[in-house]
Amino acid sequence: MTESASPAAVDERSSFDFSPTRTVASPVGVNNAEAKRVALRAEHISAWYGQKLAVSDVTLDIDAHSVTALIGPSGCGKSTLLRCLNRMHEVTPKGRVQGRVILEGEDIYGPGSDPTRVRQRIGMVFQKPNPFPTMSIEENVAAGLRFMNMRSKSEIADRVEASLKAAALWDEVKNDLKKPGMALSGGQQQRLCIARAIAVEPEVVLMDEPCSALDPLATLKVEDLMRTLAVKYTIVIVTHNMQQAARVSDRTAFMLAGEGGYGELIEYLPTDELFTNPQDQRTEDYITGRFG
Amino acid sequence: MASTTDLGHRPSRSVLVGGLHLADRLFKGVTGFAAVFVVLIVGGLFYQLIWRAWPAITANGFSFIWSTDWNPSQGIFGAGAFLVGTALTSVAALILATAVAVLVALYLVEVAPSRVSRPVSYMVELLAAIPSVVYGLWGIYVLGGFIQSTLGPMLTHTLGLFIPFFDGTPRVTGLLSAIVVLTIMIIPTVMAVSRDVIAAVPGSQREAILALGATRWETIRIAVLPYARSGILGGAILGLARAVGETLAVTLVIGNRVSIPHTIFDPTYTMASVIANQFQEAEGATHRAALMEVALLLLCVTFLINVVARLLVWRVTKGQRSVVIE
Amino acid sequence: MTTAGLVALHRRRRLTDRVMTVVMVIAAVAAVTPLVLIMFHVLTHGMGALSLSLLTEDPNPPGRPGGGVRNAIAGSMLMVGMAMAIGTPIAIGCGIFLSEFGQNRAGMVLRFLVDVLAGLPSITIGLFIYSLVVLPNKRFTAIAGALALAVILIPVVARITEEMLLLVPRSLREAAFALGAPRWRTVLTVVVPTALPGIVTGLMLALSRIAGEAAPLLFTSLGNQFFSTDPLQAIDSLPTRIYTYASGPFDYWHEQAWAMSLLLVVFILMVSVIVRALVGTKVTVRQ
Repeated sequence: MTESASPAAVDERSSFDFSPTRTVASPVGVNNAEAKRVALRAEHISAWYGQKLAVSDVTLDIDAHSVTALIGPSGCGKSTLLRCLNRMHEVTPKGRVQGRVILEGEDIYGPGSDPTRVRQRIGMVFQKPNPFPTMSIEENVAAGLRFMNMRSKSEIADRVEASLKAAALWDEVKNDLKKPGMALSGGQQQRLCIARAIAVEPEVVLMDEPCSALDPLATLKVEDLMRTLAVKYTIVIVTHNMQQAARVSDRTAFMLAGEGGYGELIEYLPTDELFTNPQDQRTEDYITGRFG
Repeated sequence: MASTTDLGHRPSRSVLVGGLHLADRLFKGVTGFAAVFVVLIVGGLFYQLIWRAWPAITANGFSFIWSTDWNPSQGIFGAGAFLVGTALTSVAALILATAVAVLVALYLVEVAPSRVSRPVSYMVELLAAIPSVVYGLWGIYVLGGFIQSTLGPMLTHTLGLFIPFFDGTPRVTGLLSAIVVLTIMIIPTVMAVSRDVIAAVPGSQREAILALGATRWETIRIAVLPYARSGILGGAILGLARAVGETLAVTLVIGNRVSIPHTIFDPTYTMASVIANQFQEAEGATHRAALMEVALLLLCVTFLINVVARLLVWRVTKGQRSVVIE
Repeated sequence: MTTAGLVALHRRRRLTDRVMTVVMVIAAVAAVTPLVLIMFHVLTHGMGALSLSLLTEDPNPPGRPGGGVRNAIAGSMLMVGMAMAIGTPIAIGCGIFLSEFGQNRAGMVLRFLVDVLAGLPSITIGLFIYSLVVLPNKRFTAIAGALALAVILIPVVARITEEMLLLVPRSLREAAFALGAPRWRTVLTVVVPTALPGIVTGLMLALSRIAGEAAPLLFTSLGNQFFSTDPLQAIDSLPTRIYTYASGPFDYWHEQAWAMSLLLVVFILMVSVIVRALVGTKVTVRQ
């Protein structure tokens, strides 16, 4: 687990710029004029594992307060692309990134950028629920708060409650906050991880196939949750399930690995359009089930 | 494995008549005999030591464990001083070695690139291959001098000002020399187990905390160490067992005197070193039986420590191999 | 939550991260340093005393400089060889039993006992053989020393054998079973030969471990001033002679102890290098 493996990922220790314009709180109280604002812009992102190119030259804009889905057959680089959006790709051994990701006008791979700050602002939920086994439900949700100068017990308790409510888990666990997080069911664990991710109030939440380990009922709950969360947060979700993308997302990006074995962005459209009227033959082949 | 191979095999086996059945049974019997041999060794080890120590056990009674009076010429035998010596040397070495070994293991797994971690890992493991007597030799003629001239005075002039236990006359051989040698000797044991259990912490745990904005050290402290702690504890206890049973290196550097040390530089004895040092020149049967009783005590202590350590390590690395191939 | 407070917190977190990274590096250096120092001193002190006569002559009477340790080298080779001959079949048999029939409760207990035996102090094993073999026969013998070393070797080799056998792909065995081969034949002609490099590795690791053991020999083979290859007599060995010389009063003893240490360490390093070359990977047995 070494960081700063990429040439683009500038040494996190080299400088530390903390401009006061970067506030931690997310833009609460959204107004409609802001709805079409671009939250995150990936520019010419390429990603490698060692010498192997996994994602090639992807550029896309992610709208604020919406759900954006990345779909495509397995091995198309959609998860890798997602992990490039909050500098998590560089923690995988030999992971390397090139390109820029613009968050609020600044490149998260820029020289003054600190990956720990980036990840506080762009949270992540993983494929398999990964609560900390030695921590209680409460401690799990509060895990990221210790990086945020949050000292007072009541403040933390309030934030834990708010996050669990936002993750639609509060009613199920409010009497068991001291119980280990691992005691919950799979679907509950995943919502716990979502609560943990939003407790630090990120601007963007990345979800890497968050329902692939869940049963249909739990999946429905998490999907509902995504819609609700999109009011406050910007959501990017990777899914291998086209119906899910169709159900939850506002815009959908289709990725495909070609002859070279690396993933490329084929098409990026509002979800309705992509599924009803794709422009690219390969997209149509995929959504009609002709391959993949 | 046995169950899965049986699945495909049973039908064909039932077709075959008794002859092959017999051969397979014989096969199981012969290898089983070898296995039973191991049980016999462990059982025999206890039986023989109890038998030889019996005269001393009946003569000395329970006071053997806490009496610190050991006077073979007068037939007075109390192993208290050796127990204290063993506890002091091995617990001190354990604390020092665990602190270093866990940090090294974290460095190897979490920080170092593989071109650094592989040779460093190999070198630390080589430490475990150096024979005990060579440590002893080095301990007397190199380390002892360093302790007397440099490390000892450093301690007396710092810690010694506040803690009487560190305020004494540095010597070549004594408690401190034994502690330092033991620390070096058990670092590889603790390091190897810690490294394996730390490497066994799922990457998803690290990612979970990294995605919340943790630094590398926070990742270690919040996600890695809590997950690996019982395995690390098991490794440390294995190191303790090794320290408690370590004989010749300690015998050469501990100074060999029957007394509870008043300062960290005083000579003393451990259970293992008093056996190594006195058994050949034992003054008659009662002295020999008393040393056998010390050996029995040592055996029981290390047996218990081993059982606890194995259970801990097994619980954590369940299903993992105890032989590591990279 | 003020921005200034956050900046301070961030600075502190980054500083802690850096300091702890440095501490980890220091620990790694501290752990490797003793190895380098021991190697350095064994090499420099040992080279000075290493000579042909050390290898070809037997010890002089105490106090008369010169002489060699031929008897100790021969005794070590003899006892280690006998220990391997005695211990290997038992250890491999035990390893086969554990891998073939050990996936049940009894196997767990046995595996546990093997692991525990590997962790017991070697001096108690020396006393065990002393009580079992030396006392009834009223003499220290090379064979008693070899038995004590064999007891140390057995758990190490048994466990590595088991692990190596379990690494053999299931498909290989199933192929043999499909041909109608009985279990014993499958194991002995397919599984064991496939795992042989690993088992040999285990044997070599055990060899280098018992070659350096002195504690179990103190009360079994005792040591001997003279050259002997008689399994029924007391016999000398390198580790016990190092022990005697290290704790003795004469300077030339100390020098010869360094030289013997050099021989032992070089031997052990060679085995370690051969093992790495043999399997092309790293194999370690947890103590």
